Amino acid sequence: MLKFVIARLLQGILVLLAIYAVTFFLVAATPGSPFSTERAIAPEILAQIEAFYGYDKPTSERFFTSLTNVLQGEFGPSAVYANRTVTQIIAESFPVSLLLGSLALLVALGIGIPAGILAAVKRNTWLDYIPMSVSMAGICLPTFVMGPLLALLFGLILNWLPVGGWFGPEFWILPTATLGLYYAAYFARLTRGGMLEMLNQDFVRTARAKGVPETTIVLKHCLKGGLIPAITFLGPALAGIISGSFVVETIFQVPGLGQWFVRAALNRDDFLVLGLTVLFATLIVIMNLLVDIAQVALNPRLKYD
Amino acid sequence: MPLLDVNDLTTHFHTRDGVVRAVDGVSFHLDRGETLGIVGESGSGKSVTCYSLLRLIPEPPGRIERGTAMFDGQDLLQMSPAELRRIRGRRISMIFQDPMTSLNPFLRISTQLIEALQTHQDISNKDALKKATAALEEVGIPEASKRVTGYPHEFSGGMRQRVMIAMALITEPDLLIADEPTTALDVTVQAQILDIIKQRQNDLGTAVILVTHDLGVVAGTCDRVLVMYGGQEMESGTAEQIFYAPRHPYTRALQKTIPSLQTKGQELYTIPGLPPDASKPATGCAFFPRCPYPKNRDPMGERPDLVDLGEGHCWAACGYCDSSAPIESVLAKADEAIVDPLPVEVETAR
Repeated sequence: MLKFVIARLLQGILVLLAIYAVTFFLVAATPGSPFSTERAIAPEILAQIEAFYGYDKPTSERFFTSLTNVLQGEFGPSAVYANRTVTQIIAESFPVSLLLGSLALLVALGIGIPAGILAAVKRNTWLDYIPMSVSMAGICLPTFVMGPLLALLFGLILNWLPVGGWFGPEFWILPTATLGLYYAAYFARLTRGGMLEMLNQDFVRTARAKGVPETTIVLKHCLKGGLIPAITFLGPALAGIISGSFVVETIFQVPGLGQWFVRAALNRDDFLVLGLTVLFATLIVIMNLLVDIAQVALNPRLKYD
Repeated sequence: MPLLDVNDLTTHFHTRDGVVRAVDGVSFHLDRGETLGIVGESGSGKSVTCYSLLRLIPEPPGRIERGTAMFDGQDLLQMSPAELRRIRGRRISMIFQDPMTSLNPFLRISTQLIEALQTHQDISNKDALKKATAALEEVGIPEASKRVTGYPHEFSGGMRQRVMIAMALITEPDLLIADEPTTALDVTVQAQILDIIKQRQNDLGTAVILVTHDLGVVAGTCDRVLVMYGGQEMESGTAEQIFYAPRHPYTRALQKTIPSLQTKGQELYTIPGLPPDASKPATGCAFFPRCPYPKNRDPMGERPDLVDLGEGHCWAACGYCDSSAPIESVLAKADEAIVDPLPVEVETAR
């Protein structure tokens, strides 16, 4: 297993290098620059700014300089927000997104997986139809509809919860619910599908013939295999969910990472774009590795290789 | 009192295309330690009969319409699910057709072996594991103590069926239902598996219901035989009666299909036609359309009565065919009649 993890990590590093290179040259090839503004700037000042950020050098040289810096953990200054480094921006906002994402994931798994199991076990009854219709609606309803609806109901009509900001646990509830319920819908459907496949297997009949109670059949015989589709989806979902959702963060005024993805791109903040890309890609690589390890742990027919 | 007394068992499947009469009024009984063979071709209702006894048919669409199955004085078909669970795996065990899919690929062999023990008995993990290892040794699995912690995919088909047998017999049940236990296996392994079942039956005094479509298997293993067709009983009796004095045209035709009983070099005999469509209500004798005997009259919807020929030998006495003559003469005549077989049309248009 150690060999497998090391091999996959080395692969991951190659993937990250490739992603870094592609992003860097795409950003560099984009017309305009981080320093172009609507106001006219004296050429001397512009040249000074460019020299400060290293933009007076050829692109290839800039690439190797920035790569060396990144490998040393230095993502550089923000090209737009003066006096702030990319690392500072990420260090401020990533914990917020991480908290929101983790809470939302708990909601997603805590609701989605039991609902999926229940729907599969009680298939073609109202315990199947109701959760599955709700989850279909949950998938179809974008978070930018769901969020304002929840804010309207619990914030403005019932006046139970604050509708924006990030100042304490009561502020966490609505964004968590909006983000979590969306993923819960996915997990419910995936779990139901996986469980149904398992419940139709011959070995379930064998277990019944042994006198094993239904609950044991579901939890002991079917759950491992039934969770595989949900686990597979968990990898990319996890990376997405903890690196922040722009929509949810904007609706509820959460100072998380999601908004920075958009701002960095709109502002042509080259260093921030690269920093965020590396962060997101790293998360994806790690999550996928964890998912693969979980798959092998669940399915004895798979081996590390 | 017999161990198992099944009366008028009727299981239908209510599908979108209509009612499939998989088992249509079957009766049989079984004494302790006895082996009953249920024979018939695919779709004759053998397996559904067995599943119905333990109520393992998927409901819906399946439904046990009527009948009784008295097991040691209790009706299996009327029990509550909890009562039935105490019978399943403890007093009646089952082996299935396909050992490749009947074991759970996600769980260790040991987990699956001791599950029946721990469901029905208060036994420690350690003792249960000891019993599981012993059970594997008894069905001839080498290095049982090592292999018991393996997973099903590490076993071959024959080995998995041995595991299934060990699993079914670990609780020393009164009755073992084996649903075509050798169908999915190599011919060389088939005999071994049957030997193991027989040997364990002798050790434990278990009664066995052996479902098969192989009459040769029945001859070597069964005390009594039930021949089924179209969900109905065609004939039943001791193995000798069925083999040496078959009365029903279907039994006779089935016997003719055993390859080893046919002359070498001759084309193997097959019963012409297809098994009946169980979604059509059976009128009269289910075998009538395929019966090789000369027909007397149309059945007109009457079900033939089961007639006792003495000493427990019963047959569905159909009077629609003249089935007094031995089948060889009938088949010989049929061969003569087809002097010039129709030329086979070669389809070239496609």
